[in-house]
Amino acid sequence: MKHLLRIAVLLFCLAPVAAHAVLPDEMLANPALEKRAEAIDAQLRCPVCQGESIADSGAALAHDLRLLVRQRLLKGDTDRQAVQYIVARYGDFVLMKPPLDKDTLALWAGPAVILLLAALAGWRFLRTKAPPAQELSQKEKDLLAKLEREEGGDA
Amino acid sequence: MKRFIPLFVFLALAGFFYWRIVLIDKGDMPNDIPSVMIDKPAPAFNLPNLYEGKPAFASSGLKGHVTLLNFFASWCVDCRIEHPFLSQLKGHGAVLAGVDYEDKNADGQAWLEKHGNPYDTVVTDKDGRTAINFGLYGVPETYIIDKQGIIRYKQTGPMTPDVIAKTILPLVERLAK
Repeated sequence: MKHLLRIAVLLFCLAPVAAHAVLPDEMLANPALEKRAEAIDAQLRCPVCQGESIADSGAALAHDLRLLVRQRLLKGDTDRQAVQYIVARYGDFVLMKPPLDKDTLALWAGPAVILLLAALAGWRFLRTKAPPAQELSQKEKDLLAKLEREEGGDA
Repeated sequence: MKRFIPLFVFLALAGFFYWRIVLIDKGDMPNDIPSVMIDKPAPAFNLPNLYEGKPAFASSGLKGHVTLLNFFASWCVDCRIEHPFLSQLKGHGAVLAGVDYEDKNADGQAWLEKHGNPYDTVVTDKDGRTAINFGLYGVPETYIIDKQGIIRYKQTGPMTPDVIAKTILPLVERLAK
């Protein structure tokens, strides 16, 4: 039983590695360069699958882009230059983390604005006091007295 | 007045959704990503012909005429949808060039044999590097390149008769003048 648990834990640890789509034949011989390439892969969105980085995607285009990143690094590109090379062809959209500019302002500021509005609404809600209890009118007092009398009569 | 607020919120949301539906109907799909290559010179390329012994096609050959550069592949399902309509592009003053994308020559040739070859020239992009330089997302994709070699339009996905008649041909004829 303990053995099984250990295997399960091990498999669980391996899962994220299995999701990594970089194929062995894509990897660079130089481990330092390969590490840089993989860091770049994680920053670039796969244009076909849109929700995945090229590091995670099994799409053919992601494979081509991973090879391209490695080729650029071998040619002596800095990380920035390699990313820029692909952005020049596919636009800012290929960046998993889009840069802050006028088109993406709503995207970046949106959550903060909504949080602020929610906090403001919450603060107003908490500050609102319950309205003070009103005096009963004479009619209501009479009715109450009558009800109390009836109650007393039954008991 | 206050009890109408939910109604106003509902109407505003319904209006927004309706507006988006109208835009999608007009072809503004939220998952279409605008190409950054529009109005930029076509990237340099020199691609070998699909048929042995026939001339290669290079970016230097783009000057002086309008070019329709159509990326396709024999393994591509949507290309079969588009293929019968490609002949409608002929006779409007543009060179129709096909690029067989990440395909085996034999497969590309067999595919054109079977479905017809409407292209003025067919070249191959084996490693897909030229496609990446064009910012290609997938096949089919068609670029309209003007006489100066500048990319003016990109069609992502298959060209339908509607797109050809309303968008592609008017632009080709304007650029060919």
